[in-house]
Amino acid sequence: MTDEITTTLASYIAAEILKQPTRIIKPDEPLLSSGLVDSFHLVDLSLFVENNFGVRIDDAELNASSFDNLNQLTTFIKDHQ
Amino acid sequence: MPNFSNYLQRHYEQTPDKVSITLLFGGQPDHPVTFRELIHGASGYVQTYAQNGIQPGDVVLLILQHDINLLYAYYGAVLYGAIPSIMPFLTEKLLPERYRADLAALVSVTQPTAIVTYREFEPEVRAALKPGEDSVRAVIVSDQAEDPTPPDFASFGGLLRKPEDIVLLQHSSGTTGLQKGVALSHQAVINQLNNYGKAIRLTDADVFVSWLPLYHDMGLIACWLMPILMGYPLVLMSPFDWIRAPYRLLHAVSKYKGTLSWLPNFAYNFCAQKIRDRDLEGVDLSSWRAISNCSEPMRWDSHQTFYARFRTLGLRYEALTTCYAMAENVFAVTQGGIHAPVIYEDIDREILQTKKIAQVAQPGQIVVRMLGTGKPIFNTRVRIIDAKGHPLADRHVGEVAVQSDCMLTGYYHRPDATEKSFVDGWYLTGDFGYLVDGELYITGRKKDLIIVGGKNIYPQDLELLAYEVSGVHAGRASAFGVFNEAIGTEDVVMVAEVNMSDPVERQKIADGIRATVTRGSAVALRYVHLVSPPWLVKTSSGKTARSANREKFLKEMQAKGQMY
Repeated sequence: MTDEITTTLASYIAAEILKQPTRIIKPDEPLLSSGLVDSFHLVDLSLFVENNFGVRIDDAELNASSFDNLNQLTTFIKDHQ
Repeated sequence: MPNFSNYLQRHYEQTPDKVSITLLFGGQPDHPVTFRELIHGASGYVQTYAQNGIQPGDVVLLILQHDINLLYAYYGAVLYGAIPSIMPFLTEKLLPERYRADLAALVSVTQPTAIVTYREFEPEVRAALKPGEDSVRAVIVSDQAEDPTPPDFASFGGLLRKPEDIVLLQHSSGTTGLQKGVALSHQAVINQLNNYGKAIRLTDADVFVSWLPLYHDMGLIACWLMPILMGYPLVLMSPFDWIRAPYRLLHAVSKYKGTLSWLPNFAYNFCAQKIRDRDLEGVDLSSWRAISNCSEPMRWDSHQTFYARFRTLGLRYEALTTCYAMAENVFAVTQGGIHAPVIYEDIDREILQTKKIAQVAQPGQIVVRMLGTGKPIFNTRVRIIDAKGHPLADRHVGEVAVQSDCMLTGYYHRPDATEKSFVDGWYLTGDFGYLVDGELYITGRKKDLIIVGGKNIYPQDLELLAYEVSGVHAGRASAFGVFNEAIGTEDVVMVAEVNMSDPVERQKIADGIRATVTRGSAVALRYVHLVSPPWLVKTSSGKTARSANREKFLKEMQAKGQMY
């Protein structure tokens, strides 16, 4: 389950945010602090998470203090499921 | 002519209990501030500035978060007669070392005598300073400022400021932008507020609602100085809260019966695409009478998208207005959609590109849909000139030149830059456009400036950062903006020539460019395009020809069937 969430998130971020569908994102690769994902995309990411993983996220819950890599984001999602 | 402090004193004496500004915070109660509270808080800062040996006429940098201290420190500086300038603080994206270098560079040009900041940020500010060597005599931490106190107007230096004295500085972002602080006089700002107030037909029923940052002219002038000095209620949230929860703007309009807002073009798309239905329950937008699209190229499509999404909430189509503005004219040059509906026209793209003439297209031609920015506001003249400075006729595309009674005094401590910007008393904007019966249309830019979400970005700053990455040589990268229809603003593209062909190595370089540019400029690159030499187009002097590289990139993308 965890792997599935991480894989889905990785392909979404690579294709829709980075516009590099073949790009591999490692589970521990920094996303926000590295500049791969910026604040403009946090709302997109939270809409995507809500629509795909059946969780409800309050505004601004996804930010630099709640996650910086796929592992942390996956844990965040599971905690909310 | 009254100065800023005269306006503040008048509100304090005549309408002390009126709420001047309501500060909104995510997850906390709204915080209304009356003119009495505002002036008392500002008076506390007047004492603080005096205790720290600041003199009227000195520059004070404010690096503060969205809270009451920013309000008090700013208007305290005004009442004291000092020159406030608001600077952004460090965000997690930017490298602390880069921020310090930028701040140190700004200090050396602007020569501020004090910096006001918040407790957690004090070490960052101090790290950028050289005590005893630079101009800064005091770092004032907001929690140490004097408590609010009733004003002693007779002793305030701000009341003695003359109309031609500099009242504030405004900086653009980035290494290049920070070197050019726009210095504005009391007279210029007050003229703009009067001219623009008439252009948007301000009435006592108006309520301003904004999320705009205050280190940018649109936020600072239209949504900070104008409402507060002219006595109209302002509802203000932080840009950080808005970007994470854009529905908050609509909630604020609904709750406070907001009538006026200013938005960069991307915000129309952003709001329309990223707000959940459940966050719109009970929202009523019928009070909104003018939402001015300003500070980056505006699109008819963005207006349609916004209107289609929110019309059922009472949004009126006539509320979607347009504006052309720049810090050098304090703010607005033109305004559309108030006295007459916003105009648009379909221009023949071929003729526009080849003959530089904006001719209304015949049926069947490929068109560019141009949205009018409106007519010049009062006491402001616009003309279109050719490369030799000669005025052009209607529908001929040339550089937009502006003359008004609200021009900048100059770029602060940069007479060289000021002189270059004026020809025969006309300010050269660096934008290309055309006029039709007084209506101004903007078609493009002369300089290689990238504008993302209303923020000006100098490509040379980004290229210098790319050269820091191992494998990228100086002069072998080119940065430019490409308009993205879906998001309503520009994507930033970096093309870099690299010698190696190993895909793993190339990926490492691409990642390195992304990380270095983001952490060095807080600008996120949308595309990092690695190419093998010789690819980049150079000018005869060996510089990167950004517009030619942009065209080449677009052609390659189109050939590959990718976007654009």
